Amino acid sequence: MKYAKAIYASLIVFFLIAPLLVILPLAFTSSAFLTYPIPSFSTRWFEELVVNSVWSRAILNSLIIATATTALATVLGTLAALGLRSQDLGMKSQIRTMFLLPMVVPAVVLGVGMQSLFVRLGINSSYWSVIIAHTVVAMPFVVISVSGALTGIDRRVERAALSLGAPPWKVFSLVTLPLAMPGVLSGAALAFATSLDEVVLTLFVAGPNQRTLARQMFSTLRENISPAIAAAAFIIIVGTVLIALALMLARRRRG
Amino acid sequence: MTASSRFRSPGVRALILIAPLLVFLGLFFVWPLVTVISQAVSDPAVSRVLPQTAAAIDDWDGEGVPAPEIQAAFRADIVANTDEQAMGDVTRRLNSSKSGFRSLMGKTVSAVRETPDIDLAEVDKRWADPVFWKAIQDNASPYTDAFLLASLDMERDSSGSVAAMKEGTSANFTILMRTLWTSALVTLCCLVIGLPYAMIAASVSGWKRAVLLGAVLLPLWTSLLVRTAAWMIILQDNGIINQSLMGIGVISEPLVLIYNRFGVVLAMTHVLLPFMVLPIYSVLITVPGNLMSAAASLGAHPVRAFLRVLLPLSLRGVISGALLVFMASIGYYITPALLGGAADQMISSVIADYSIKSANWSMAAAIGLILLVLTLALYAVYNRLSRDPVQAR
Repeated sequence: MKYAKAIYASLIVFFLIAPLLVILPLAFTSSAFLTYPIPSFSTRWFEELVVNSVWSRAILNSLIIATATTALATVLGTLAALGLRSQDLGMKSQIRTMFLLPMVVPAVVLGVGMQSLFVRLGINSSYWSVIIAHTVVAMPFVVISVSGALTGIDRRVERAALSLGAPPWKVFSLVTLPLAMPGVLSGAALAFATSLDEVVLTLFVAGPNQRTLARQMFSTLRENISPAIAAAAFIIIVGTVLIALALMLARRRRG
Repeated sequence: MTASSRFRSPGVRALILIAPLLVFLGLFFVWPLVTVISQAVSDPAVSRVLPQTAAAIDDWDGEGVPAPEIQAAFRADIVANTDEQAMGDVTRRLNSSKSGFRSLMGKTVSAVRETPDIDLAEVDKRWADPVFWKAIQDNASPYTDAFLLASLDMERDSSGSVAAMKEGTSANFTILMRTLWTSALVTLCCLVIGLPYAMIAASVSGWKRAVLLGAVLLPLWTSLLVRTAAWMIILQDNGIINQSLMGIGVISEPLVLIYNRFGVVLAMTHVLLPFMVLPIYSVLITVPGNLMSAAASLGAHPVRAFLRVLLPLSLRGVISGALLVFMASIGYYITPALLGGAADQMISSVIADYSIKSANWSMAAAIGLILLVLTLALYAVYNRLSRDPVQAR
């Protein structure tokens, strides 16, 4: 029974992890196909990402859009999470549900609505339309993450600062914000990752000039599966791991 | 003084803090969804071109020939219209309700333009027949259920009652059923794989638990596109699975693993498994570890102990997980679009095709509305369940 459990658990771990590991070595293939065995080591597909203007433009677009999305979502989400902490706010659970709904509503439905609204407002196929769309779906992660960090703060610390004569903005900037910072940072990282990976809304609201890396990967996967995909995936995976490590280090140094 | 003290009241301060996000979501989340809803039920083709007629004919009783004012409104609308293409749409729409309108409208429009106060019955005696006026009345409303009915492969027949469309004319309902069926299959796979896994993860501790949970969380953090691309690499005809099976001689021809239902269900199970494991796990770790051994010491067979003790306790997590997985599945677009064949596309691709390829906003919105209502209903159940204070016994 014990062995059966161990074997079963190992099999599922393998099922969960192996597909992610399969794609990494293929980023360094010299072949023009995404298949094993790899004939020889090469960085030609990374060069392709830099040299080919379609890919480099997409990477640049993704960085611009993800950075702006992260800034917007983090500011809006952190403010809202601070507001949600108050005991005196009416309809709190309804408002919280409202903030989480963008994660629930099917992206295609939201995309159809955003496209026709943005066309009517005259902002479709612009950087703004993509940034706004990404912020809507990235923001819940910031709210959840910052709310989580804020519940861990002992409110007596803030009251002590207030009673010692610190003005509210000083209490916020010197006590509350630093204590909530790990939550703000991980919320920001999740918002960045969400924007980087967003495809469906981008299909609806972006024009040809706002083609993002994810959008480019999606159409490449649809048309011709090139190893440039694996190189892009490698960058995304390594980037995610690096951000996660940086966050863990930042948290540990504080803790 | 009062203003500043009101500003300091905690409730108002909280409201000021959440206001920016509320406004943002109102503009860019709620408004788009309202747009979808209104597009799904509105049909301004006739009422836009014939506004005075639409207003005048609204309370006509359908008996005899309409009053002179209604006819005058109709003539005035024809004279006022400058958009030939929109008038063509109106004619087409009216013709599909009552055949004969195509010739009738062409004749009438040119006659009325020449003599604006001409008697319509003189232009064509069909205008003395109430059936033609009835068709205008039926189409004059700016609202319609035609698109919603068409999303379910239904339509109104000439008498106005709802009936199924002719076989083979539309596949929307079939695809909706396929979506629900595929999602149920994915949910079942996640449950069968995820329930034992969550139980094992909750029963071990230390590094073993860390590895088991890490294996669930890592895919969750990895890009969905990367995971889908990985499955394409694994499942393709010269992918790892086919190469190894052919290498050891089990098969001689590559198995078709991709661009079919198998590939879609497998990849979606992989992507959504964490949403099943985590809710079950979080319920199970609150169960005291000695319950199973207590059941065993009281003489229960392990299977019986499992069925009577552990399974009922984990039921809440199972239902939450199943709802989450099912809810996410029915709205999935990327994975079926990339790993499925033409016969595996789900309702989301139909919506995207209507909107992006054929620019048929009304149909995209109508099917979208059905998907939206379905998802929100499931979420309401999930929300109720996760908030229900069962723990506070």
